[in-house]
Amino acid sequence: MLFRTVSLWRKNIYRHWQLYCIVALPVLFLITFNYVPMFGIQIAFKEFNPMQGIWHSPWVGGKQFEMFFNSPYFWPIIQNTLLLSIYALCIGTPAAILLALAINEVKNQRFKKIVQMFTYAPYFISTVVLVGMINIILSPTTGLYGQLSHLFGVENVYDILGESKAFSSLYVWSGVWQETGYGAVIYLAALANVNPELYEASKIDGASRIQKIIHIDLPAIRPTIIVLLILAVGGLMSVGFEKVFLLQNMLNLSTSEVISTYVYKIGLVNTNYSFAVAVGLFNSVVGFILIFTTNVLARKYSDSSLF
Amino acid sequence: MEKAIHIREPWSDRVSIAVIYIFLSIILLCVAYPLIYIVSSSFSSSAAVTSGRVWLFPVEPTWYGYQAVFQYPQIWTGYLNSIIYTVLGSIISVALTIMMAYPLSRKTFMSRKVLMWALLFAMLFSGGLIPYYLVIKSLHLLDTRWAMILPGALNIFSIIVAKTFFQSSIPNDLYEAAQLDGCNDTKFLTRIVLPLSKPVIAVLLLWAAVSNWNSYFNALIFLNSENLYPLQLVLREILVLNNVSTNSITLSPEQLKQFEDMKTLLKYSVIVIASIPVLILYPFIQKYFVKGVMVGSIKE
Repeated sequence: MLFRTVSLWRKNIYRHWQLYCIVALPVLFLITFNYVPMFGIQIAFKEFNPMQGIWHSPWVGGKQFEMFFNSPYFWPIIQNTLLLSIYALCIGTPAAILLALAINEVKNQRFKKIVQMFTYAPYFISTVVLVGMINIILSPTTGLYGQLSHLFGVENVYDILGESKAFSSLYVWSGVWQETGYGAVIYLAALANVNPELYEASKIDGASRIQKIIHIDLPAIRPTIIVLLILAVGGLMSVGFEKVFLLQNMLNLSTSEVISTYVYKIGLVNTNYSFAVAVGLFNSVVGFILIFTTNVLARKYSDSSLF
Repeated sequence: MEKAIHIREPWSDRVSIAVIYIFLSIILLCVAYPLIYIVSSSFSSSAAVTSGRVWLFPVEPTWYGYQAVFQYPQIWTGYLNSIIYTVLGSIISVALTIMMAYPLSRKTFMSRKVLMWALLFAMLFSGGLIPYYLVIKSLHLLDTRWAMILPGALNIFSIIVAKTFFQSSIPNDLYEAAQLDGCNDTKFLTRIVLPLSKPVIAVLLLWAAVSNWNSYFNALIFLNSENLYPLQLVLREILVLNNVSTNSITLSPEQLKQFEDMKTLLKYSVIVIASIPVLILYPFIQKYFVKGVMVGSIKE
C-alpha cells in the first residue's frame, strides 16, 4: 500500500517535474518564514541565552509560563485584549451588515456609488495616518474637537487621548470609521446573489421592506456572517498590534496594554526572549483552540463552516 | 418587466426608504468630513488652523505646509524608500503567489492536499513575534532593505484567492487540449493561464502594493538605520511621537518661531502627501478590490 503510494508519487513528480520546480521557491519561503519560526517556540521552555543559541540553551520546563500566570500583568492584559476584540466585534460586525443592507435598498445608482466610494476610502489610509488624524482632530487645544467644545462653551475640555476609560471606544469607533465600508462589500456581494424572483414573490405577498430584509436578505447573508464570525473569534486573542501600539501613551496604558504590545515590549525592547515567547505561545494556542471550537460549533449548528 | 407587476408602495415602505436615505447621508457625512477637514486645513494658514477658523474650506489659502514638507529631507528619503519597497515587494509577492497558486489549482498535482494543509496551518498558527525576529536575524536580514521585502512576501490569503480563481475560471479540459497540442506545465502557465488571469493579477498587485505602502511594523522591528526608513515610520515620528526635528536645518530664532507655526501645518500636509499615491490609484483600486473580495468569498 505504502509502496504503491510512493511509486505513484514518484511517477507524479516525474511527469509534472515542472510544477514541482515552480512551487519550490514559494515553498522555501513558507518554510523559512512560517515553519522555521515554529521551531523557535522551544525558547518558551528554555532559558534563552544568545551566546548558546536556541538549541543549546538549557531547558527550564514551564517556568516562564508560571511566571506569566503569576505576574500582576496577566489578568489586566488578558482582560484588555478580550475587551477590545469583543467590543470591536460586537460593534463592527453589525455596523457592516447594517450598511450593506441599507446600501442594498438604494435604487438611485448615483447615490449608491457615492456612498460606497466614500465609505470604502478610509480603508486605504495607513494606520499611522489614521492615528495621526485622530491625534490632530481630537487634540483638546488645537484640534477640531477642542474648537467645537469651546464653541459650545466647555471650559475644561475632556482629553479623550489621555483618558484610559476612553481608549477602548476610541479604538473601536475609529475602526468602525475606517473599516465598515470595506466590511460591507462582502455582504453586498452575497446580497447581489439573491434570486430576484424571491423579492417579486414577497412583494406580491404584500411583504413590507422591513419584512423583506428580515426574511430574505438576512438569511441570504447568514453563511457569510458565520464564516466571518468564526474568523473573528479565532482572532479574539490577537488584537492588531499596529493601532493599539500607536494609540498607546503613558496615560492610557492601564487599558491599552494588550498581549501583542506586551510581547513586543518584553521581547524586543527588554530582550527577555524566553518570557516573551511563552506569552506569545500562550496567545497562539488559545487563539488556535478558539478558532477550532467555533468551527466545530458552526458545523454542528449551521451548514456553514470554515474548514 | 418592472412596470408590469408594479404594486403601489405602502406608506410604511416610503417611511423606511426615507429613513435609509437619511441614515446613509449621515454616514456619508461622518466619513467624508474628517477627510475634507484635513485637506482644507493643510491649505490654510497656521493661524487660521490653530484658532479654529477652518470648518470646511481652506481659510487664507497658503502653501506653507507643503513648503515645510519640501524642506524636510527625512520625508523624501522615506518616500523614495517606500517606493522601492512597494514596487519590489509587490512584484516579488505576486510572483510567489502565482507560483504557489498555479500548481495548487491543478488536479494532476499530487502534493496539492498536503501543501494546502500546510498553508492553512500556517495561517492559523504561528511561532510568534520573537522566533520570527530571530529567524530574520539569523538570515542576516536585519537592517537591510530585504527585511522590508522578503519576510512578508508570501501572503497565504492571496494564494487562496488566486488558486480559487485559477480553478474556477480555467477549465481542466483546456489543459488536456493544450497537452495534446504538446504544451507542458510551464508553457501552459505562461501562455494560457497568465493571459487569462489579468484581472486577478491586478487585484493581487494592488493588494500587495497597498499593504506594502502602508506597512510599518516590519520596519519598526527590523530597521535601525534612518536612511532605510519607509515613509510610514517617518510619519510615525512626526504624527504620533511628535518629533519634528530641526537638526538638519540651522535656523535663526525668527525662523524657529516660523518653524513652530509650520509644525502644525506640516502634520496636515504630510498626511495628504503620504496618501496621494493611494489616492491616485483609488479608482482602480476600488473596482479591483471589490472584485477581489468577491473572488475571495467564493467557497469551494
